[in-house]
Amino acid sequence: MSERAELLLGIADDELVLGWRDSEWTGIAPFLEEDVAFSSIAQNEIGHARALYELAAQELGTTADELAFDRQPEEYRCCRLVELRLPDWEHTIARHWLYEEADAARLERLKASDDPEVAGLAEKIDREEVYHRMHAQMWFDRLKDEPRFVAAVDELRPLIDVRDGHSPELTELWEQMTEVRRSQPAGTTW
Amino acid sequence: MVAEEQVWEALAEIPDPEIPVISLVELGVIRGVEIEDGRVRVDFTPTFLGCPAIEVMQTAMAERIRELGAEPEVRVLADDSWSTDRITPEGREKLREAGFAPPAPREAGAPTLVQLQSQAFRCPYCGSSDTALENIFGPTPCRSLRYCRTCRQPFEQFKTI
Repeated sequence: MSERAELLLGIADDELVLGWRDSEWTGIAPFLEEDVAFSSIAQNEIGHARALYELAAQELGTTADELAFDRQPEEYRCCRLVELRLPDWEHTIARHWLYEEADAARLERLKASDDPEVAGLAEKIDREEVYHRMHAQMWFDRLKDEPRFVAAVDELRPLIDVRDGHSPELTELWEQMTEVRRSQPAGTTW
Repeated sequence: MVAEEQVWEALAEIPDPEIPVISLVELGVIRGVEIEDGRVRVDFTPTFLGCPAIEVMQTAMAERIRELGAEPEVRVLADDSWSTDRITPEGREKLREAGFAPPAPREAGAPTLVQLQSQAFRCPYCGSSDTALENIFGPTPCRSLRYCRTCRQPFEQFKTI
């Protein structure tokens, strides 16, 4: 696999898996406005994943859906940070803020790419991520002096660079994420 | 043989699936139409990549082109060469009439929370600028929620992209 395809898959997997984790707040967030916010962010991250998978799929001669859902859990290239199921608010906001910071830096690099398709897509994604970053920063400013939040940021920060090997939580998520697709023979048209 | 003008006319009849008062042409998302040997290629850019209606829009465009007797090819252009500044003046007015504040113009710098929290956005119902940001996010990725303190109506704000 080319370096370009590997790069695209790594980012797409981050966005897909984080989108799924964010969507776990749909219906159960601590208040309604955050239910709407996390559901919308989740939807948009999955849209970014789709666009990135499509770019990789053109090169690899496959489809975005096959890349998203027909690989085995060990083939995903997402970072450990996005895999974890974090059913408490301080860890969720800590991850959201850490991810958006790192993603912003990554998008800046991609926008400078010599590859016009990669650079163009990064520009588009970055325009949209502005709103995610605004939301993450608003929460960071609100919680930055809370000891539980500070501890969550310190605990999760190293996990953004961990991409070798996955936690069992990714396998659990993969089982849920691909359950419907695996219930039918390969090649089924949905 | 289908003419480009016929294609634009047909596309202008397709409502946005989420905000049906505005057509895809008025929304400005159709970037170009090319005709070659009975094939019609349409390039379009979704407002947000997370838009839940991308496939519905692609299917609707393809169906209308087939009705004209041509073979459709609808491409999604996922780059930054489109912005909400491309919504037509008629489209902006239709949004306003339907209770959506149209997007602010794109500026050189990215939008900020301070801007969204400012009172630069007018209520589409009463025209008051005494409005507050309730939520950066809304029912679809392209919308924010605001509240008008004058007429006490919640309304949606189209995000600048």
